[in-house]
Order: sequence, then C-alpha cells, then structure tokens
Amino acid sequence: MGKKITIEPVTRVEGHGKVTIRLDDAGRVTESRFHVVEFRGFERFVQGRPYWEAPVLVQRLCGICPVSHHLAAAKAMDVVVGTGPGKLPVTAEKMRRLMHYGQMFQSHALHFFHLASPDFLLGLDADPAVRNVIGIIGLDKGLATQAVLMRKFGQEIILATAGKKVHGTGAIPGGINKNLAPEERDRFLKSPDGLTVDRMIEWARAAIELFKGYHAKNKDLVDGFAAFPSNHLSLVRKDGALDFYHGVLRAVDADGRKVLGDVDYQDYLSYIGEETRAWSYMKFPYLRSLGKAAGWYRVGPLARLNTCDYIPSPLAQKEFEAYKAYTDGKPNNMSLHTHWARLIELLHAAEVIKELLLDKDLQGGKLVRTGRRAPEGVGLIEAPRGTLFHHYRVSADDQITMANLIVSTTNNNESMNRAVDWVARNVISGRPEITEGMLNRVEVAIRAYDPCLSCATHALGRMPLEVTLVDAAGRVRQRKVR
Amino acid sequence: MTEIRFTVDGRPCLAKPGQTIVEAAKANGVYIPVLCHYEGLKPAGSCRICTVRVAGRYMAACTQPVTEGMAVENTAPDLEDMRKSLIEMLFVEGNHFCPACEKSGNCELQALGYRYRMLAPRFPYLWPVRTVDAGTPLVLLDRNRCVQCLRCVRGVRAKDGRKIFASVRRGPRVAIEIDHKLAAKLTEEEARRAMDLCPVGAILRKETGFVRPIGRRKFDHTPIGADVEKGIGR
Repeated sequence: MGKKITIEPVTRVEGHGKVTIRLDDAGRVTESRFHVVEFRGFERFVQGRPYWEAPVLVQRLCGICPVSHHLAAAKAMDVVVGTGPGKLPVTAEKMRRLMHYGQMFQSHALHFFHLASPDFLLGLDADPAVRNVIGIIGLDKGLATQAVLMRKFGQEIILATAGKKVHGTGAIPGGINKNLAPEERDRFLKSPDGLTVDRMIEWARAAIELFKGYHAKNKDLVDGFAAFPSNHLSLVRKDGALDFYHGVLRAVDADGRKVLGDVDYQDYLSYIGEETRAWSYMKFPYLRSLGKAAGWYRVGPLARLNTCDYIPSPLAQKEFEAYKAYTDGKPNNMSLHTHWARLIELLHAAEVIKELLLDKDLQGGKLVRTGRRAPEGVGLIEAPRGTLFHHYRVSADDQITMANLIVSTTNNNESMNRAVDWVARNVISGRPEITEGMLNRVEVAIRAYDPCLSCATHALGRMPLEVTLVDAAGRVRQRKVR
Repeated sequence: MTEIRFTVDGRPCLAKPGQTIVEAAKANGVYIPVLCHYEGLKPAGSCRICTVRVAGRYMAACTQPVTEGMAVENTAPDLEDMRKSLIEMLFVEGNHFCPACEKSGNCELQALGYRYRMLAPRFPYLWPVRTVDAGTPLVLLDRNRCVQCLRCVRGVRAKDGRKIFASVRRGPRVAIEIDHKLAAKLTEEEARRAMDLCPVGAILRKETGFVRPIGRRKFDHTPIGADVEKGIGR
C-alpha cells in the first residue's frame, strides 16, 4: 500500500497573494487581510555556505531585481572582510553603483510600462483580456517598443557590470571582479542603434509627462485612491540626498517629522523590529521607537522622495521640486503617487548612469581590497521596491552561521494591507457581489507598491489573486480566484 | 621508436608505445571525454566517462594502452548516450547547484553536461545529506559537489609525500576526508593547485570565489574538448 506525502506550503513558489475580506450581517467590511503564502527558506539554507558565495546565492531570491540582493549581500560581506562603507576601491564602488542604477532603470521601466500603465492607459474597468502589456502594444506600439527598449538598456548595463543580464557575479566581498572596458562604455554613449543614455533620459522625461497628463485628467482617482498617512523609511546620503546604493537610515512620519534620525544601519536591530502574524509568512517590520501599533512604515519610491532632501541630478531635481510643491513640501501619502515618484527616480537613474559612464574611475585597475575580519556584517541598499536589509554572521572557518533578510516587500507589508483595507471599505463594503473591476482595484492598490511576491506577479500584470468574502457566521459567501 | 597504428571511428591514427587510448587520441586531435583522468596523475579509470568499445568490448580509454591495429569506437550513438547517462548519474547522486557554485564556467562536470546536451536527468535526484569541511585555513571541502574522481587523493600531497585527501567508507557512504594537520601547511600555490585539480567545485581555495568574471571563464566560449579537436591540446 502506497503512502501519500503532502508538503505544505510548497516552497519556492512564485507569486501567490491572497486576500480575505470579512463582512458583518449588514454586508459591511469588518476585516481584510493580504496574505502572502509563499515560503522561501533562503535564510536557512544559506547557513553553512562560505561567506563569499552569499552575493551569488541569495540573488536567486528574485529574477526581477537580483542585483539588489547581490549588492546588499556583497555590502554585508564587505564589512566581514574588513572593507566596510567608504573603504572599497573607487572603481569597485562605482561599478557597483552603475550596476545598481542600471537595475533601478530597468525595473522601474518594467513596472510602470508593463505592469502599471495598462490600468491607467486602458482603464481600471477595461476588459482584463486587453488590460495588460499586450493591450498597450495594441494601443500605442511606439510606447510599448520604447518600454521594451528602456528595460533592455538597463539590462545591458547589468550585463556590462555583472557579466549576465540576470544573476551575474560582479560584486565580490571587498570589491568587484571587473572594470568597464572603454568599448563596453562607448556603446551606451554612442550606440549605432540609437539606444544611448541620452535617449533614455529623453524617454524617462517623456514618461513623467505621460503620468502628469493622466494625473491632470484623473486627479480624484490618483490623489484619493488608497491614500492614508504613514511613516516613511529609506536610506539617504549623509547630506540628505537621494541615494540608492548607500547612506544612513532615516524615517519621517506622515507630517515630515524625523522619527529615525540618520543612523548607521549596522545597528538596524536597535531601530527595527519584526513582528510575525499567524496568517502570513511575511513578517511585519516596525520602528521600535514607535512600537508595533504605530511604528509601521512605507518604503520604495514614495518613501524615498519623502525622506530625502533633494535629488543630486539636475533634471530629476527639477521634477522633484514640482512633485514636492504638489504637497506643499509635506510628505506625500497618496499611494498612486508612488508611480510619479518612481518615474522621477527612473529619470534620476538615467542621469546617474550617464555621469558614471563619463567617469574614468570605471576603467581603474584596483578592484578588491580586504582588511581586518569581522564576525558579522549588515548590508543595506535601496532596491527598486524599497529598503533591503541583509545581515549575516560568519564563523572563523568562513561559514555563514546566521542570515536575516528583510526584503523591500516585507517592509511594505502593513502598507499593502492598509491599501487593501482601504479598497475593501471604500469600494466593496455594503455591496453584495464582487465584480471584476472591484478585484482589479484591489490589485491596483497592491500593485502601486510593485510587490515582488514573485516573477509570476510580473508575468502579465495579473497576480494569481484569491478574494474571499466571509459573512459574520464565518461562511464563505463568495470566492473568486484568478 | 616504432609507432603503433590504430583507428578511432575509422580514422587512422598513430600512437607511441605505452600511450593510453585517451592520450593517443588527444595527440591525433580526437577528443575522448574524461573526468577522473588528469594529465600527470596515474589513471584511475573510476568514472568511466571515457568508455570506448574495441572489438565489441567496453573499456576505459584512460587506462587501456593502444595496441597495433586496434579499432576504437568513440562516438557511436549508444556509447555517447551511455556517457550522457553517466553524467546524469553524477548530477543526481550529489547536490550540484550550478547557479551559486563558484566553479560554474570552470567546472568539467558542468561542461560535460553542456557538451552532451543534458537538459534534465533521466534518473531521480537522490538529495544526499552531505557536509562541508571548512576547518583548514586555505581550502574548503564541499562534499555536496564531490564526484569521487580521486584526483585530489592521487595528486595533492604534503612535502614528505603523504596524502592530504583520502577516500573513506564504501558504497553510497563513500566520502573524501581531509587531513587537517597536513592541510594547514599547504602553501598558497598548493592550495590553488588542489582547487584546479578538482574537476568540480568540491575543493575551493577559500576567499577567492567569483574573482574571474563571466566571459573569462574556462568554458564560457568553447565547449570542453574543443582545444583537443582544434589540435591545441596536442
């Protein structure tokens, strides 16, 4: 007689979000939850592996922005090999920056054009069969082509710095394994096919204008949809500038008051706590100083433009000033404005890529430096979706003994739950039936945060989403799965 | 010295007396895949990747000397499929995760997998529980990736000739052990040689992982055996 073995949860499954909404007898929403039912286990199976393997191993967490994990792990291991912040050879740090800003450019372009724009350009209630990137091709072939080429440009930058477009090996503890040859550089400055960094800057500016045009016509939706106050957290450069690669940790509240003041992230455990809840595999981080109830925060483009004082590139800074003026300089708490912030960052990334390409330090020969060993290290980076934490302990024999990762999407866990709750209470509450458009609004709220539940999430812009309506007696009244 | 005449898949070749089929084939620009074999080490004939057929009999080309008039079958479809199945067996009986292995691109087992177009093994994965020995200063032994080729046992020795690596136990529990006291005295050069000797990522020179960028690795541009076929390996 055979036996049956059930494994639950199924590990390394990409992209399963689940939403539950509970109603009282009158059909009013009493509770809503956004569950993440994936379990990955990287923190466990990296244990015992040699420390220099971490940057290459842990980047397999993701196929969209693996560079973030690659660099966060490398930064943590820099500390372990005694080459912490500021001690890397200049060529190594600039190569890593180029890799990271290339990634930021491709990821932001992917999210806005491939995933988010169908909602805006085709409509929230459009037929789901066309409300996707294929629909965008039908609507505006030129724009769709441009979107693909922008992503390609960013991926080519990653290829030139990491050796592969996805899951390369560039960063190693204490440095980088290659510099940028002049011929590799020149194709981005004066490519015969016209895909130059100047063209990317031009297209990024056009993308901002596209969003602004939509905003002008849909102010109520863009300003009001899933808007709620929150704290905001990100790295900022020591002088307060926007910086995706390195900085100090800063958090502001909904009114702009600093609630975490420019601290060294090596001590992140003193400032950030992680709460677990029984119904989700994703933890709920919070600022310890404000406690579990009030200390939750947002990360990502919206948060970054709320915490930083300025953007250190001229065109993006000009856009930043207009963006800040819209909220009179106060923090922006409107979820859909994340798209606006993301596009300003897209422009900034392109400007920084150009600045780096023109920097002769990228052709330097000193690539690695090591110093005095340390038993542990923390590496933080601003990933496209927000602040990413990597923390490792390493034995004297060079094996990893502990890993703690707080990924960007985890940082946004409470925020996404709040956004879902907003849709439940404002769109669903008191209505007897779930319509497709209603489902899509739940997705639009989650999608603003560009959550990396999975690559599947990104496949065609339609998450495998399950929405369940439960009545006061606990009976499932309606369930929709897609 | 009289040369010996033999053929590989009907192609006339010449060998020196005492040369094995692998050595003689290589000298004639014919690639016969090897894994446990390493030039300069006494042949072990343990992996059987080099299996050829002579007069209907199967033999390890790395240990079998060439004889006059020998007609060697090297690329018959059934032989090639058998080699491929051996490669697949090696993959399933260990824990070979190429994506995070620093030997990727320089690994002979991976290169053979590519050369033989292995897409997915025909055998079930065994997922053995194996250990990592990081207890020596310069070298790390990752038994998950070991294919028991015994190159390290044969080729890595202390200055007084004692073996630093040894094969212990038998059957599915067979494993490579490292003598910590002797390994502690390995020089930088010896540690690097130990890593280079290992065809897979089981023996690593510590702290140097991924220093060679993608594009400059051994098998990034040409498949394993291409040097022999182009005559470079002669």
